[in-house]
Amino acid sequence: MSSEWPLWEIFIRGQHGLNHRHVGSLHAPDAALAIKHARDVYTRRNEGVSIWVVPSDAITASSPSDKGPLFEPSNAKVYRHPTFFDIPDEVGKM
Amino acid sequence: MYAQMVTSEASNEDPEKLAAFQARIDAGEKIEPKDWMPEGYRKTLIRQIGQHAHSEIVGQLPEGNWITRAPTLERKAILLAKVQDEAGHGLYLYCAAETLGVSRDELTEALLAGKMKYSSIFNYPTLNWADIGAVGWLVDGAAIMNQVPLQRTSFGPYSRAMIRICKEESFHQRQGYDIMMKMAQGTPEQKAMAQDALNRFWYPSLMMFGPSDRDSVHSAQSMAWKIKINTNDELRQKFVDQTVPQAEYLGLTIPDPDLKWNEEKGGYDFSEPDWSEFFEVIKGNGPCNAERMEARQKAWDDGAWFRDGLMAHAKKRAAARVAAE
Repeated sequence: MSSEWPLWEIFIRGQHGLNHRHVGSLHAPDAALAIKHARDVYTRRNEGVSIWVVPSDAITASSPSDKGPLFEPSNAKVYRHPTFFDIPDEVGKM
Repeated sequence: MYAQMVTSEASNEDPEKLAAFQARIDAGEKIEPKDWMPEGYRKTLIRQIGQHAHSEIVGQLPEGNWITRAPTLERKAILLAKVQDEAGHGLYLYCAAETLGVSRDELTEALLAGKMKYSSIFNYPTLNWADIGAVGWLVDGAAIMNQVPLQRTSFGPYSRAMIRICKEESFHQRQGYDIMMKMAQGTPEQKAMAQDALNRFWYPSLMMFGPSDRDSVHSAQSMAWKIKINTNDELRQKFVDQTVPQAEYLGLTIPDPDLKWNEEKGGYDFSEPDWSEFFEVIKGNGPCNAERMEARQKAWDDGAWFRDGLMAHAKKRAAARVAAE
């Protein structure tokens, strides 16, 4: 039984000045071919100016069950948003 | 549709977990691969997304048949781009299925072993260039009917794949209709070819939606899970209502003497396709089933040395890099 090509996660920069964004994944034997395949699979309509490929098994993801401990603390800190503070109209734009 | 008659699996799990899961779906939340999900949801989705992916890949064959014989260089380039899109669509969908814990090779092997299906429509032959027009116009048109609502499906990776696919699919239908317009406005012989293509593809296109699922338990479960959004009959009706005026514009006749506008329901009444033919095609007895599977098997077998060779090369290169460090 032959071994399956490993899975790569594909990130594309859509335009100059924007972040690379995850667009999907694909199989390829190595990084160079992963970029060539990503060109064919994810940029057939001018969607990108740059491609990153990352082996899927190199990504560590947070677990869905950690959602509470990870994100709730920031939920409670509403004062981090500027709208928390009431500034009188007379002060002008701030 | 591209996934026809997908049977759903019952789930025998903790009722509390099941209820919480259903509540998330009802609230419009997307389910992501690492979230808890009922086994039935997972298995049904693998079957449905896998069948959809296989359909995209097998669907390249009837159109690929005419790439070398396209009437102009421009039409050839367009058809090539369309067939390449179908390959891309297959890949988006395989990746979505793989997030559910099935491997690409397992999916391919299940197709080749006859354990997984692809859409019945691709077992009909494309006999001439007008058929390429009819396939784009009718087959892709029917596919869009099904895929647009599936963008809202509950499983995140499936939904995202459908969004990408829908963006590209409209090109496919328009290129088909463009071929039909050209032929319908051409010589009497060309117009006759366009009519003949419509005659042959009309009922197989209606079959793409699958038999009526009014009383189907599987459909009810899939709809509750939002992996099926509309009933087969709803989509079929929508397709007919949209397509009839398009045929009229072409000056072509839908091959159904009972087709009639029904003012009361605000849609057309039309004849059902021959469902015994549909079940024969699904069973493997359609005009091209054997040919399609042979082509997929040959591609898989002939490509084995290439897949293995590239993998061996990549491993050798990686080992050399480690040694050099």
